[in-house]
Amino acid sequence: MNRLDVDALLDNPETRVLVCCGSGGVGKTTTAAALAIRAAERGRRAVVLTIDPARRLAQSLGLGELDNQPRRVDVEGVKGELHAMMLDMRRTFDDMVWQHAGRERAEQILANPFYQTISTSFSGTQEYMAMEKLGQLVERDEWDLVVVDTPPSRSALDFLDAPQRLSTVLDGRLIRMLSAPARAGGRGIRKIVGAGFGLFTKAVSTIVGGQLLHDASTFVQAFDSMFGGFRQRAQATYELLRSPGTGFLVVAAAEPDALREASYFVERLSAERMPLTGLVANRTHPVLAPLPAPGALAAADRLERTGDAPLAAAVLRVHADRVAVADREKRLLARFTRAHPGVPLIGVPALPTDVHDLDGLHEIGRRLAGE
Amino acid sequence: MNGWTDELTRARLHVVTGKGGTGKTTVAAALALALATGGRRVLLVEVENRQGIAQLFDRPPLPYSEERIASAPGGGEVRALAVDPEAALLEYLDMFYNLGFAGRTLKKMGAIEFATTLAPGLRDVLLTGKVKECVRRAGKTGRHEYDAVVLDAPPTGRVVRFLDVTRAMADLAKVGPIKGQSDGVVNLLHSGDTAVHLVALLEEMPVRETLDAVAELDAADLRPGAVFVNRVSPPRLPARSVASASEGRVDANRIRAGLASAGLDVDEDVLDGLVEQTVEHALRIRMEQRAKEKLAESDLPTVELPELTDGVDVAALYELAEVLVGRGVR
Repeated sequence: MNRLDVDALLDNPETRVLVCCGSGGVGKTTTAAALAIRAAERGRRAVVLTIDPARRLAQSLGLGELDNQPRRVDVEGVKGELHAMMLDMRRTFDDMVWQHAGRERAEQILANPFYQTISTSFSGTQEYMAMEKLGQLVERDEWDLVVVDTPPSRSALDFLDAPQRLSTVLDGRLIRMLSAPARAGGRGIRKIVGAGFGLFTKAVSTIVGGQLLHDASTFVQAFDSMFGGFRQRAQATYELLRSPGTGFLVVAAAEPDALREASYFVERLSAERMPLTGLVANRTHPVLAPLPAPGALAAADRLERTGDAPLAAAVLRVHADRVAVADREKRLLARFTRAHPGVPLIGVPALPTDVHDLDGLHEIGRRLAGE
Repeated sequence: MNGWTDELTRARLHVVTGKGGTGKTTVAAALALALATGGRRVLLVEVENRQGIAQLFDRPPLPYSEERIASAPGGGEVRALAVDPEAALLEYLDMFYNLGFAGRTLKKMGAIEFATTLAPGLRDVLLTGKVKECVRRAGKTGRHEYDAVVLDAPPTGRVVRFLDVTRAMADLAKVGPIKGQSDGVVNLLHSGDTAVHLVALLEEMPVRETLDAVAELDAADLRPGAVFVNRVSPPRLPARSVASASEGRVDANRIRAGLASAGLDVDEDVLDGLVEQTVEHALRIRMEQRAKEKLAESDLPTVELPELTDGVDVAALYELAEVLVGRGVR
């Protein structure tokens, strides 16, 4: 197995951006925070962008205040610096609108009910804004390492696709056709679908209602002038992700579902020629005592029959359970490695308790580095 | 509270949600098998385009149709359906507007995704609408086609938005066929026919998310059903040793002597490792106890499912279903 050397990665000044991705519930946020702390401990000026941290984790990073800007976190005995922030997706979107549209037009956009929908409940907005914020942090050039967490999406791939999906909506070709099918190139498409198109327009407006369609149409017209700027930025961030200073860490639990998701991700990154740095297999349970399980179980049976040494019997049962779990995890990770032999991998042994303070994050950082 | 209640037995739509990584799809599948036990017909539905059911049952991806996927003990059967919002919208448009071929062309153009993007609520209304149609559909004998429907729903963070069709409808047209359909969905979801079950693990974050979701469901006037506590592993240590072991106090000499009496002579390294594993085990038991106490605050029926060290395959699903039946699920 090709081992992922986290310290070498963090110590390399060429490493400027680390993106932690993976499916929900695998510990992405914790991993991102632990990496940033470890980097700061080793002398780097690091900032971590978290998306939706658990409350206590957020508090431990001093993220009680929501101002959508990084704040310095005081950590004892750190050679470098640690900064942290939590993404406010609505605010990031608002800022983009202010930046790209004139004052009057921005106000018009922000007040549009359709903007409210797009900026809060469109399924790709969080991913899009996370990437936008990442771009901003890198541009500010105040940190030599940016570690970013990705949203808990339905699929780990969503954040790569989100800008494109949002573009499809905002570029407004379809919306213009729906609201004014006689203009805006609608005729060509009508030729293809014939009478069905009129029916479809009718169906859509029956379903979503004429008001929403009207709002959407005004929104797209107001947005049109900014659209180029948005797309340029999305393109720039995409290029940043592909640049050599960026590394993707796929985070997974040693569970079939999470590893399957990780495999999809690895394949997708390589298809997009994005720099994959390695797999973090989170919360593993390595065996700490080299003692074969069958012998331990036989001895536990003997002890339980006599009832003489209940503690020793329990210790042997705990050990046998642990061997079974560790074997399964090893099997699953070996299968992943067979499918992706080139991907370096590090197992991070589980802490027996929940992690929600800086000490816990420091400990995870040590485990990430294989200490 | 422990075990399944009569009220839950009366439910016909079982919605299963949970934090990511808690095993909600596995529990939904085992629940479907348990409900089908003894000759009943159950439909297992997924709505997030993940094909999680097919993977779990080791089958090729499910088409948009109700396929028989497993037989249950005692002659029952489980069918499965992966609802795709695009297909549901086309089916729906076809029903009311005879869109047929043009609909397929529009799909290719991405117009359907566009319409569901325009009004995110539309997607949920279409998905829950299809589920309602399955729950209410009459079979040949005049009884319901399915005795129960189990829905593998979005995770806890998104489930209330997903089920709150009333709110989603605020985005949509106030008249017309979709309004009529969604009224039916609202009636079903807020009736005694529906129970929203939560899958939790005995860890701090999943428990907190479970309690938050229960509060959110209550506020939206949706009915929380049971809490499935998944992956419970057996406590190995004698209860009296847990507290001290969790603080690192484990009598290594006593262990060494006990092992020796069973014919196991271990060196210092092995002994240290065994002690460390025991301390971690005790810490986990303590954490699980705290999580259990916290979960009890929800005052919901709880059903525990064991950890399966060999992982989840089809045989394991039957094993979990048997456990559920043993806990009173029917």
